[in-house]
Amino acid sequence: MNRQGNTYTFVYAIVLVVVVAALLSIIALSLQSAQNENIKNEKRQNILRSVNILSTASESEKLFNQYITEQFIVNSKGERLEGNAFNVDVAKETKKACDQRQLPVFVARTEKGMKYILPLYGAGLWGPIWGYVSLDEDKNTIYGTVFDHQGETPGLGAEITTPHFQTQFQGKLIFDNDRLVSILVKKGGNATGTHEVDAISGGTITSRGVETMIKSYLTCYESFLKQK
Amino acid sequence: MSEKESLFSAKNRQLLLGPLSKNNPVIVQILGICSALAVTAKLEPAIVMGIAVTAVTAFSNVILSLLRNTIPNRIRIIVQLVVVAALVIIVDQLLKAYAYEISKQLSVFVGLIITNCIIMGRIEAFALGNRPWPALLDGIGSGLGYGLILVIVAFFRELLGSGTLFGIQVIPQICYDWGYRNNGLMILAPMALILVGIVIWVHRSRNKDLIEK
Repeated sequence: MNRQGNTYTFVYAIVLVVVVAALLSIIALSLQSAQNENIKNEKRQNILRSVNILSTASESEKLFNQYITEQFIVNSKGERLEGNAFNVDVAKETKKACDQRQLPVFVARTEKGMKYILPLYGAGLWGPIWGYVSLDEDKNTIYGTVFDHQGETPGLGAEITTPHFQTQFQGKLIFDNDRLVSILVKKGGNATGTHEVDAISGGTITSRGVETMIKSYLTCYESFLKQK
Repeated sequence: MSEKESLFSAKNRQLLLGPLSKNNPVIVQILGICSALAVTAKLEPAIVMGIAVTAVTAFSNVILSLLRNTIPNRIRIIVQLVVVAALVIIVDQLLKAYAYEISKQLSVFVGLIITNCIIMGRIEAFALGNRPWPALLDGIGSGLGYGLILVIVAFFRELLGSGTLFGIQVIPQICYDWGYRNNGLMILAPMALILVGIVIWVHRSRNKDLIEK
């Protein structure tokens, strides 16, 4: 048989591609449930970390069910909506205007009392950043934060994931009397007062991204946060 | 090559061990530098990347060595790419399912294994002209040679840049109290290039026959 002829070449290419495509589909489908489970566990771990509970991927589901006693969705007017808060795709919701978003709220019961956990989503320097912020029962004092990112620079913007940066937020206030001021990120170690934290040196744009992300999300939740 | 040649003859051993030193893909052939810079800020992803590339070079070498007499010459490179791309996707999917944390750290660089010159280089230069067994050894050897350099570079970058190894603090707190600081430059890619340069320098000064006239 002529191995260099057109017919052989075409048939060879078609057979090869079909075989490879079938193989990859089978592998992708058979691994899909394990992959989805990883993504859910990561989400549970992040939510728990925002109330300062560290968990491994395998125990996250158990701890999540233990500590998160309630979860619900609100709209920008603070009214409750139907649906499952855990399944809300925050990245997708962020594309809509505030008054059309589904805003998930998780309620955690910890040793230090009841905490409200709100998701965050915004933009860093190179790609999306996201996280969770937990508030004390007064819906004003920050109890904990957790941030994650897709592609910020290691050692610079990616430092937002370190405890060093995140613990600064603890105890800060988001309201000044009745005005929502959120948390401001200050350069050069100038952070003073109850509404400011230090930015990351060399990671200014990512730090500002964190500031904008918190502000824009808390603004959407403002009505809910003002309900007593 | 005769059928009776032993599995680990001197020649076959050379295929496996040569790339670790005198024929190293990174520091002698200067291939695969891009990913060597990108994934070596910490030891753990560097090791996983080394294993991933070794698996891809080994399997792609064997598969293409088995197919070598059937591949139409005009679409040779495309066939190679399809096989390599399929293997890389499999590795990526496996990492996402069973080593999620590391797959997040390696992010796009798993996908970019496809563009690693070592893999296509070994297929073209070796697998298409040799039997599957030597091709397997050659693939494993080249992958390990690449991984070895990654580990050396990552060791120094993590130690000097973060003060940790495998994420565990090894530089004691007392050093920081006395004024020691982690070198932030170590975390950035340019320092990896300088470290690779230093490795090449040390390696050549010990292997004078590699020095170009």
